[in-house]
Amino acid sequence: MRLVILESADSVAEWAAKYVMKRINDFQCGPDKYFVLGLPTGSTPYGMYQKLIEYHKAGRVSFKYVKTFNMDEYVNLPRDHPESYHYYMLHNFFKHIDIDPKNAHVLDGNAPDLVEECSNYEKEIARAGGIDLFVGGIGPDGHIAFNEPGSSLVSRTRVKTLAQDTLEANARFFGNDINKVPHQALTVGVGTVMDSKEVMILITGGHKAFALYKAIEEGVSHMWTVSAFQQHPHTLFICDEDATLELKVKTVKYFKALSAVHHKLIEDTTPINRSRSIH
Amino acid sequence: MSSSELIQFINCKILRNHTLTEEHLWVRNGKIINPEDVFFDEKIKADTVIDCNGCIIAPGFIDIQINGGFGVDFSNCDNIDSGLGRVAKSLLSSGVTSFCPTIVTSPNDVYKHVLPQIKKSQGGLHGATVLGIHLEGPFININKKGAHPPKFIKDLDEGFQSLVQTYSTLENVSIITLAPELKHANEVISKLTSLGITVSVGHSMASLKDGESAISSGATLITHLFNAMLPFHHRDPGLVGLLASHNTLVDKIVYFGIISDGIHTHPAALRIAYRIHPDGLVLVTDAVSAMGLEEGRHNIGQLSVEIKNGMALVAGTNTLCGSIATMDTCVKIFLQSTGCSIEYALEAASLHPAEALGIVHKKGTLNFGVDADFIFLDSDLSLLSTWIAGKCVYKK
Repeated sequence: MRLVILESADSVAEWAAKYVMKRINDFQCGPDKYFVLGLPTGSTPYGMYQKLIEYHKAGRVSFKYVKTFNMDEYVNLPRDHPESYHYYMLHNFFKHIDIDPKNAHVLDGNAPDLVEECSNYEKEIARAGGIDLFVGGIGPDGHIAFNEPGSSLVSRTRVKTLAQDTLEANARFFGNDINKVPHQALTVGVGTVMDSKEVMILITGGHKAFALYKAIEEGVSHMWTVSAFQQHPHTLFICDEDATLELKVKTVKYFKALSAVHHKLIEDTTPINRSRSIH
Repeated sequence: MSSSELIQFINCKILRNHTLTEEHLWVRNGKIINPEDVFFDEKIKADTVIDCNGCIIAPGFIDIQINGGFGVDFSNCDNIDSGLGRVAKSLLSSGVTSFCPTIVTSPNDVYKHVLPQIKKSQGGLHGATVLGIHLEGPFININKKGAHPPKFIKDLDEGFQSLVQTYSTLENVSIITLAPELKHANEVISKLTSLGITVSVGHSMASLKDGESAISSGATLITHLFNAMLPFHHRDPGLVGLLASHNTLVDKIVYFGIISDGIHTHPAALRIAYRIHPDGLVLVTDAVSAMGLEEGRHNIGQLSVEIKNGMALVAGTNTLCGSIATMDTCVKIFLQSTGCSIEYALEAASLHPAEALGIVHKKGTLNFGVDADFIFLDSDLSLLSTWIAGKCVYKK
């Protein structure tokens, strides 16, 4: 595991965007070779999308040969509702870049058969050759996608009932009325994300510090689903200073000492698979 | 350029839901469309992406009261077909994408001759959309005749029959301005409303009570507020009182046209109207044939007009002979006079007139499914280009 500690949420966004750009460009995609990207929604990745749009407009990265799979979507929320993840992705990312709409996949929470929708999503990921890089955020309770505490760590894409904490946290997006928050979501499973070749988790803010501590300093636990990635061969945690507040000084110092090594990952000169074996 | 082409306008601030937001605008087959359906269902990209360089995109202006312009007077025109075409085309340069050609009080043979020739028609490169005729008179109060020729002013003695005999046809008519205090006015208003014609009250000595009965009978509009009506009086506020009437505002909005050319309505009067009843305010030019002509002396019909300092005067006098401000100018003057938001000023010339005519499902907004009639403006609200059905029909 790598832990990259940066000054602020803005630098996390920028670092993450540079990493995604670097991976796409190193991959040398083309009509017969698509880079497959897993994507999150929410406030943490918003800055990353802004940066990626900026790099795209500057001609530094193209999404023409990129396929994307989003992590989750609410059930029974109209697609053009401003809180739907379809709406988020279209307006905050897809419409600004050159991705082919055929290659942008978002789970359909309004599908007539939700179980079928989930199993088709897994098949679609498999058909794309698996996910090369899954970018994720986490909730304060350590959930990744909508894999709430207690989710199986080998779970696959499925319908998930949201925890009370999540409903309360999300009520602010629905006029502070908890009854308007959708109670179910479609989400990729922990196992689905584990299968990707690489995972990058973005964590910012003091309110997520305890979750980061649980994710990396304690053992693997289905009550903190993000901790599962301790067992993934290539996991990157990108966090800001505030998110480290619950970590041991020793942990923070160790990873800060590695920062020069980590920054090489986003430099233009060295290919990532060269840097990968240097921790 | 085929009409099924999917166009994505980027780098623009669009006016939607009363706010200007940085948002893309998507257009196909002459309509504004929802990009989510295109992206997630059809899974296609735009055929053309147009960079708008940060400009404002607002719904095209709708002028529901315009007597002519560019040397053409709709009520006094030998060749109405070419005259109408000339005005429709020239209006594009002031951001007007739809309008109601207005005929003032005229003799019966003018109605008989002219009305069948002014057909509702779809706009395009040839000019703005004709929504239908606005008949202003002759059923008005002679004491508030304004510039209308008194000898043709009439009563409604035979009710709806008087209208039929006078106008011959109502086929192309959208709005009728009449004085609600005339005998039989209420039954005529009910009948017109049932035919889908918008009734506007004006050129009138009506009390507030007369105005309220007209609204109850179906009238929804007031013609050029403050002009050609009783001045506001605190014991009987007259038609002006409709803006604050409890009896009418409970279940419907009363709309009112207002001329913000900087001359016909004092800025303080604009502010009064704006502050007491902002939802009903509709900007109209009420422009006359001299609009769009250069400064100097012009002969229009039998009248000699002099344009001096942005005012149209009867030549050799200081008598105003009508408004000549274009709609884009009226919007700017209104904004400066009232200190309202940019969004509001633009909606007063687009959303509000569309609401007043009951056509908001196809005109007056940038909502999904409506006609792609819009204008590009810079941050000072100066017009950059005009678009009808998704095609550029005027560029500065």
